[in-house]
Amino acid sequence: MRILKTFLLVVLFINIANANTDIKDENLNNKILKNIRCLVCQGQSVYDSESEFSSTIKLLVKKKINEGKSEKQIYEFLRKRYGDWVIFEPKLNKNTYILWILPLLLFLLGGAIIRKKFK
Amino acid sequence: MKNKIYLSVVIIFLIFCFVIFYNGLNSSNIYTPKINTKQKLPIFEAKDFYSNKSISSEELFKEDIFYIVNIWASWCVPCRKEHKFLMELSKSENVKIIGLNYKDNLNNAKKFINELGNPYSKNLTDKNGFLSIEFGAYGVPETFIINKNKTIVKKFIGPINKKTLNQIMQIIK
Amino acid sequence: MLASQIGYYSLILGLIFSFTLSFFATKDLTSPSKKIDQNIIVLSFLQFFFVVVSFLCLIFSFVNSDFSNETVFNNSHTTKPLFYKISGTWGNHEGSLLLWLLVLTLFIFLFIIKSINQPKKYRISTLLFQQIIIIGFFLFVLVTSNPFIYVFPVPNEGLGLNPILQDPALAIHPPILYLGYVGSSIIFSAALAAVIQNYINSEWAKHIKKWVLISWIFLSIGIMLGSIWAYYELGWGGFWFWDPVENVSLMPWLTLTALLHCILVLERRLLLTSWVVILSIASFTLSMCGTFLVRSGILNSVHTFANDPARGIFILIFLFILIFLSLGIFFIFHKEQYKDNKNFFWLSKETSILLNNWFMMYFLSVVLIGTVYPIFLDVISSDKISVGPPFYHKLIIPFLVPFLIFMVFGSRLKWIKSEISNKNLLIIFFTISITISFLVTKNFQVDLFLYTILIGTSLFLFFTTTVEFFNRKKILSQTVAHFGFSLFILSILLNSITSSEVSTNMKVGERYNYEGGEIFFKKIEEKKEKNFNSIVGHFKITDNRGDIFNLKPELRVYNQPIIITSEADIKTTLLKDNFLVMNTVKGNEYFNIRYQVKPFMLWIWISVLLISLGGMISFLRAKNEK
Repeated sequence: MRILKTFLLVVLFINIANANTDIKDENLNNKILKNIRCLVCQGQSVYDSESEFSSTIKLLVKKKINEGKSEKQIYEFLRKRYGDWVIFEPKLNKNTYILWILPLLLFLLGGAIIRKKFK
Repeated sequence: MKNKIYLSVVIIFLIFCFVIFYNGLNSSNIYTPKINTKQKLPIFEAKDFYSNKSISSEELFKEDIFYIVNIWASWCVPCRKEHKFLMELSKSENVKIIGLNYKDNLNNAKKFINELGNPYSKNLTDKNGFLSIEFGAYGVPETFIINKNKTIVKKFIGPINKKTLNQIMQIIK
Repeated sequence: MLASQIGYYSLILGLIFSFTLSFFATKDLTSPSKKIDQNIIVLSFLQFFFVVVSFLCLIFSFVNSDFSNETVFNNSHTTKPLFYKISGTWGNHEGSLLLWLLVLTLFIFLFIIKSINQPKKYRISTLLFQQIIIIGFFLFVLVTSNPFIYVFPVPNEGLGLNPILQDPALAIHPPILYLGYVGSSIIFSAALAAVIQNYINSEWAKHIKKWVLISWIFLSIGIMLGSIWAYYELGWGGFWFWDPVENVSLMPWLTLTALLHCILVLERRLLLTSWVVILSIASFTLSMCGTFLVRSGILNSVHTFANDPARGIFILIFLFILIFLSLGIFFIFHKEQYKDNKNFFWLSKETSILLNNWFMMYFLSVVLIGTVYPIFLDVISSDKISVGPPFYHKLIIPFLVPFLIFMVFGSRLKWIKSEISNKNLLIIFFTISITISFLVTKNFQVDLFLYTILIGTSLFLFFTTTVEFFNRKKILSQTVAHFGFSLFILSILLNSITSSEVSTNMKVGERYNYEGGEIFFKKIEEKKEKNFNSIVGHFKITDNRGDIFNLKPELRVYNQPIIITSEADIKTTLLKDNFLVMNTVKGNEYFNIRYQVKPFMLWIWISVLLISLGGMISFLRAKNEK
């Protein structure tokens, strides 16, 4: 029962972290740019990079935001052409279930081990 | 007994990790996006290089032959080097080369063509670079080979050289 | 040239002494004498000495631009300023491995001479385990990464060092980081030795605590220096990118922090013995694992050295040998201590330390899994994904809230069995914290609930630790470190919600008005320095309050290698940083200007120093406690 409660709390916290916020256009623009990988750089985001590729992407994202496209749609657009690798946030699909769930499982496991100490 | 089980699990897990890392070392670490053989030719509209009239991708690629899309620019040094190979390629009857003039000044681009020759059956302007993104490119020069089913079958990042020219010739036979 | 010869043969000598030392140590292990063989002390010094000689020879070669040395050729240039010629020594793969050897041999020498009051067999066992690591690295250097390879014909000029690495913070970042990172080797060796000698107890804990503190302090400061460099040089005002190499330095820090807290328990009671050993093994294992990930080329990152799969295979095998060895020793020799387990009450300091470890291990798993998962996925299914900041933020940030709250209570609990004193005071602080947090947060466009709770709980810890400063009964080191941590989280949060930025294209003479003030592009100045030419933009920024900032960002063209970099100008004050970057716009006389106001940046660095200070206070106290 306690484990279930802890698990629910954990899920609640994660949802809070995901809470959609009322951000201005400029902030949304930057948020998206920070989430796109500069493909000709070593590990930098488009936001942080001044490369040719990055400037094109910056223009493109601005255009799409003005067209009213959502954050998700912009990511999808890029993913289709460049693969999942281009977006820094890993999508939750069959490839990444383990990625997202494993740390949480380990957290619960840790909790269980500690509880045993008090039995 | 319990300890032995933990130990075995840990050992198996470690061997698994070792195998993964070992294999990881041997695979390429510079990512080239998977040449998604199922990637169809993108649908787009672009401005013609000379006439400045709009032309659709359907129009451009309507013939039943191989097409090569080459992203180039007059300010791109490697593009100069690969140009002669493109000229050679343009002699082939099996293929038509479509040029994508990337983020360029029209006059400079025209000078480039006048100086080095025109291998392109049609040339498009990509002033802001959006068109190259449609193709999943991230730099210049890049070259794509499109087969008769309008699918992108091969992509070359960087200038064409003799070796890659032969590869292309093989594909478009 | 001569320096390279001396350097190379010094390494060989060092290796010979390593073997000799190991031989003598093994012999002394079984000798009946109660005192350690003096030869061992001399030999461990000689081993260290020759590594120093070798290292100095490499520095000498760099300073003299001796391009007959391949490493110098690849990484230096005659026009580099002296300071960067010197720091270029360890700014490359081969040189940094020499630094590894330097720290490894230094630490074992210091350990041997400083552990005179410890049991002889334990000291020798520690030395033997460390020797395995040292010999492994000697072989690694000599076989795959020799810094003294001869180049003929001798080139006139070198290939130069990447200009973004020519920065003071980055110059001293490796030595300091390595003292922590590589220093964890001694904890590894000592723990294994203690396991074999059945010495995992309070006495050992008191002794090893000093080494854990040294490693932890240097690692903290080293990571901070890397962050400061990233802030000034990379990208656009960020200081932590969850880049694989950053993560790799963070992971041992997390285990060392957890270990430090467990040692505090072990000092007083015979508890958590197995866990302390596991954490000790894990810290250095993570360091080795990190070295593998970063140098083998298996990961793509801003920091990667020149990659070579052969080196990767060597380290991978070495790493797994160490892992299997340590696990084997743990399972064979470790005896579980059951004595004190019955007295584990839930409301006690021991419990709060357990909770700390629980959360630390969770954070570790997030960082570790995030960093290595793409490798696993790529090998198994050939799918390439990226795991970047959003992943880490989403999994870590929510857990900071309970973590901070536990910190408040945990540090107030007594050992063994306790109660929460001053409950009313705590409730008042909590309420005040949440209220202030709410009032501040609602002025900004961010998630009100999330940030109110985050800032509120950090304020809660902030207030409660501040109060502890006035309580003489409280342990100063703990108060300082926890206070520093609360300040750290607070600064990051406040910085993140109050930062603002403006981006526009301007040409000389123009004025740009934005919400917060005006930017005036005064003029352009051209400068010539030793190894670069630069264009300096002079800007005058007037904000709405009438404050004026003169900022001079630069565009630099370096001569070798030919790279154009954009150098931000950052004006730092206690309250905020003003950050200005300029870049060219293609084919234009316009420049792209990006201006940021970042409050509380300085406090992020200060708070890390405070955390380290807490460690230093603890170290001094432990040293004086004879």
